Amino acid sequence: MRFLRFSIIWIYALIIFIPLLVVIESSFKSLADLYTNPLLPSRQMNLAAYQTLISQVPLLHYFRNSFIVTVATIVIVLWCSSMIAFGILRLPRILSAIIYGVFSLGMMIPTQVNMIPVFLELSHLHIIDTLYGLIFVESAFLLPVAVFIIGGFMRTLQKELLEAAWIDGANEWQMFFRIAVPLSTPSIASAAIFCSVIVWNDLLFPLLLLKSSSNWTIPLALLSFEGQYQTNYPVIFAGVLLASIPMVVLYVFLQRYFIAGITAGAIKG
Amino acid sequence: MFLVFFVVPTFYGLGLSFTNSSGIVNKYSFVGIRNYINIFENDSVFHQALMNTLKFVVTVVIIQSLLSLVFALLLLRNTKTNIFMRTLYFFPTILSSVSVAFIWTFIYDPNIGILNEFLGFIGLGKLQQDWLGNPLIAIYCLAVVEIWAHAGQLMIIYLAGLQQIPNELYESAALDGANKWITFSRITWPMLAPATTIVVAYTTIQSFKMFDLIYAMTNGGPNNATEVLATYIYHQAFQYNHMGYAAAVSMIFMLIISLITLIQFGLLRLQSD
Repeated sequence: MRFLRFSIIWIYALIIFIPLLVVIESSFKSLADLYTNPLLPSRQMNLAAYQTLISQVPLLHYFRNSFIVTVATIVIVLWCSSMIAFGILRLPRILSAIIYGVFSLGMMIPTQVNMIPVFLELSHLHIIDTLYGLIFVESAFLLPVAVFIIGGFMRTLQKELLEAAWIDGANEWQMFFRIAVPLSTPSIASAAIFCSVIVWNDLLFPLLLLKSSSNWTIPLALLSFEGQYQTNYPVIFAGVLLASIPMVVLYVFLQRYFIAGITAGAIKG
Repeated sequence: MFLVFFVVPTFYGLGLSFTNSSGIVNKYSFVGIRNYINIFENDSVFHQALMNTLKFVVTVVIIQSLLSLVFALLLLRNTKTNIFMRTLYFFPTILSSVSVAFIWTFIYDPNIGILNEFLGFIGLGKLQQDWLGNPLIAIYCLAVVEIWAHAGQLMIIYLAGLQQIPNELYESAALDGANKWITFSRITWPMLAPATTIVVAYTTIQSFKMFDLIYAMTNGGPNNATEVLATYIYHQAFQYNHMGYAAAVSMIFMLIISLITLIQFGLLRLQSD
């Protein structure tokens, strides 16, 4: 029994780990080398794939685009969703129920259903193929989840705190900024991480909305390698590795928040 | 903003589904429910996409939920190895679907893929094949990738559920002389019901919506063998410019998802009663 348990754990660990290891290893090989010897490390490992990639692809530019979209989306989503969550908490019952209802409906409609209308709407507004068009759309789609993560947490705050502040003469803004927001930091951090992983890795909306390659985000750029380098795996894997660095670094350092954030998003969503 | 970019598109999409818009020229006419009739009566690819989606969803939901439960049970105690393993199992979740797609395209590669290499190595060379090129198994190969990428994430939900079960229950069961299987079936499993509901609901919706991974790996091929609803909508709308038609497919898609969500909410309520 113990042996069975032990072997299941380690076998699955290898199933996760070996593909990752092979990717790292292959990115240092030449294509010919990879074909003669796909599995084991070889003597001729070098950085050629990385050099090809960096000299041919404006990777930094794509990083910049992804970074702008991710950061802007998070700022907008957190700003709006924490206020909405506070509103649901403080507004008269009927109004808050309506807002709550609208956002729970929003959670039920999958993004894929809306891809055509979103595309046409942005074309009509002439903000297709712009980064801020993408930012607006990503923000709108992540707003409901963030409202639920933060709102669910704010509801557990003690009402007495807000009442005490109110007696002390605080207005709604002060209650929001001085009490509700600081006390909800864990949930706001969860929402931020959940959103950043989704936006950074998203393919569908960039694919729909960004046409010119100067606006591409990282996943779109990666996808274009498929055509550009066909099955030149070393170059593709060099790109995959470089593209994953930001999230991996965050994951290593903020592991606990990361797991909590992504799980919170899954449970609410 | 939410209204403009989320609520408006939904209704816009509904209206569009009754037209024959191509999306390029601004001229289109109202065709009533003809799109819907065509989808159900003449569109064999739609039926194929629907069946593929169901195959994908059923495979992923069953295997992923089971695996994540097993992992959560195995890694429950907070030992150093277990904590490390949880971190490792969760890791693929943070990779983008495009990255995961490339990694697994390489694994499945018929010439140099490590899956074929491995099969040859352990003497199962007979099984070597072009995994994603075989229409019979391609969709299941994609399901395996999805499971690899997200089983660790669902394990965390089960772990949270397991940690909420009070220890006293196990202690009294041990006093009564219950064996492991009885303890699991009488205590752990019933107490895990809320976690199971979340895991199954989340996996179902996620795999129903699957787009990125499939688009990046097979793009619906070979011969529509991996075309699912989300990629079908995309292809109809942006490859063939059948915007109105694709909008109608989207509406059916939404209906199916809402139905599943409602059923699951119903089950959840039933459980909590």
